[in-house]
Amino acid sequence: MLLLIEQILNGLQLGLLLFLLAAGLTLVFGIMDLVNLAHGSLYMIGAYFAATFAALTGSFVFGALLALGATLLVGMAVEVIAMRRLYGRDHLDHVLATFGLILFFNELVRLVWGPAGMNLAIPGWLNTSVQLLPGLQYPAYRLAIIVVALAVALFLYLVVMRTRIGMLIRAGATNREMVSALGVNIKLLYTLVFGLGAALAGLAGLMQAPILTVQIGMGENILILAFVVIIIGGIGSIRGALIAAILVGLIDTIGRSFLPDLLRLFLSSRGASAIAPAISSMLIYILMALVLVVRPRGLFPVSGR
Amino acid sequence: MRKSVIAAGVGLVLAAGPAMAQSKTVKIGFVSTFSGPTAVIGNDMRNAFELALDNAGRKLGGLPVEVIYEDDQQKPEVGKQKTEKLIESDKVDFLVGYIWSNVLLASLKPAVDSKTVTIISNAGASQVAGELCSPYVFSTSWTNDQNPRAVAEYMNKKGIKTVYLVGPNYAAGKENLGGLQAAFKGKIVGEDYTRWPDQLDFSAELSKIRAANPDAVYTFYPGAAGVQFLNQYAQAGLQGKIALYSTFMIDSLSLPRQKDAALGVISALQWGADLPNAANKEFVSKFMEKFKTEPSFYAAQTYDAANLLVSAANAAKGDIGNKDAVAAAIKKADFKSVRGGFKFGNNNFPIQNFYMQEVVKDGENYRMKTVATAVENGQDIHAAKCSMK
Repeated sequence: MLLLIEQILNGLQLGLLLFLLAAGLTLVFGIMDLVNLAHGSLYMIGAYFAATFAALTGSFVFGALLALGATLLVGMAVEVIAMRRLYGRDHLDHVLATFGLILFFNELVRLVWGPAGMNLAIPGWLNTSVQLLPGLQYPAYRLAIIVVALAVALFLYLVVMRTRIGMLIRAGATNREMVSALGVNIKLLYTLVFGLGAALAGLAGLMQAPILTVQIGMGENILILAFVVIIIGGIGSIRGALIAAILVGLIDTIGRSFLPDLLRLFLSSRGASAIAPAISSMLIYILMALVLVVRPRGLFPVSGR
Repeated sequence: MRKSVIAAGVGLVLAAGPAMAQSKTVKIGFVSTFSGPTAVIGNDMRNAFELALDNAGRKLGGLPVEVIYEDDQQKPEVGKQKTEKLIESDKVDFLVGYIWSNVLLASLKPAVDSKTVTIISNAGASQVAGELCSPYVFSTSWTNDQNPRAVAEYMNKKGIKTVYLVGPNYAAGKENLGGLQAAFKGKIVGEDYTRWPDQLDFSAELSKIRAANPDAVYTFYPGAAGVQFLNQYAQAGLQGKIALYSTFMIDSLSLPRQKDAALGVISALQWGADLPNAANKEFVSKFMEKFKTEPSFYAAQTYDAANLLVSAANAAKGDIGNKDAVAAAIKKADFKSVRGGFKFGNNNFPIQNFYMQEVVKDGENYRMKTVATAVENGQDIHAAKCSMK
């Protein structure tokens, strides 16, 4: 039972991290109709910035804050320099151009930071484990990720639902032409949204950095999961992204954790340990396929598209 | 007129010089990885090889030596192509190196077919020790399953009853964990294979380990994944609570990145920087003096390979064209190995001791300290499949 609670926490943590990545992706996809494969590069850049600034300032929190600002600026620069040329073009053009950006960012990082990768240490006050229940110890840093990500989700909710910019973002996701026809500076809105998405990706990267290591190409694997999340959640929907991300995180973690034991009930031990990893890595894609069959536009489709 | 005669004479001497040297130079082809994230391993091996040749006055059996380094890019097809180039166009007398089992397996056939005397200084593909063994192919390392077996023997001696296995879901991962499973006498309470190479977050596996609460955990994560596994093991509060054993996850190249997270981890190797024999002391101090870092086991095995070649060439009195005589001289292993001496088995793989090494901190430095002898004069289990007797 304790193990189940612990695995639910693990799944929640993975899911919320995916949400940070998927939120930016779904905003950009939903509002600008832009497929951005280079979103994972911004995740990587966020982690590299955080490792660099944390080493410079000697503080994880300052380093993280500086990295967030820097990633926001990089994101806005990318939008102004590269993405602007792509609006209104075919999705295939988006894929080609942003794939080029992945290669560009990987080489840039290699030139600036070298091929070896970096380490970002957990701040001392988070490098312990917390007793949640008798017998249930949980790493404080992973708890911190859950708390920060939930706070960001709440912040996003307030911004999108309660502010004027949020209203424009929602309006842009529903009907872009009408928003620009009403005299809104859609260019500025796009730059802001892209920058916000970049900062969220950077936040995911820098929070994941102490758990993994900071290295070239670190954003590419997790980006696939983020795309799965926005497809399940419904493209353009932040609420959908949150729920889908948590669903994906839970299914992936709990599948990995309990499937081998489940299969051992009716398979040999050898067979179970051979098949279980294969099936558990398929689970989220099976989920995506099922969602697409039942609700082709995702769980929370944005109306009017 | 006289001037031009002198000039012609000088020209002749100059021309003759290299030509004579060329006919009496020992050529060694060295295949390893010198680019990409694992280039640090190849560089460490090259450093050790150069150091050993410098110690020998850069002469093998009285002949000057020339080494041609080739980068296999960690790709089997590139390794094979470079090996063929060394044999056919450079006409090397010896081949040395090979870090990766898959690169070695691809490169083995051209080496064996041309009867080029080859010394493998790391890759431990078990087939090469078994059905693919050859009188011209030698190893100064081990077979892939030998080190995990040594860990299992040590666990048996320590009275460890339950162990949890976790490793990457690919061929070498399964071979490695399988080696431990085969020799461990206690109970395997859990066995997890993670997606390789893209799964780098081990939270689910670590939670299961904590719930299973075994006497020990055994794992094998080479490269960057090893750093991540150790970090997360420590973050999960398992470090120091459940003993962690591994192989090939920690060496002097990865320790500077693993640091505190590696403290207390125990691995099995046939060599350690602190082994007290004279040859090793000389090797480690000279290596550190020249390259400012502690040598890795890759370096030690390559240093042995170089000295093995020197000893055999000296025994053959420089007649390196006589491959059978050279191979016979190599098989005697008549040199001072930094691991403290070994014999070759029928399959030309070493029969050697395996030591347990624990990561400790000395002041600011992290190092691997030899704490026990796990296996004495251990031979790989594939020797029986080798047709050579």
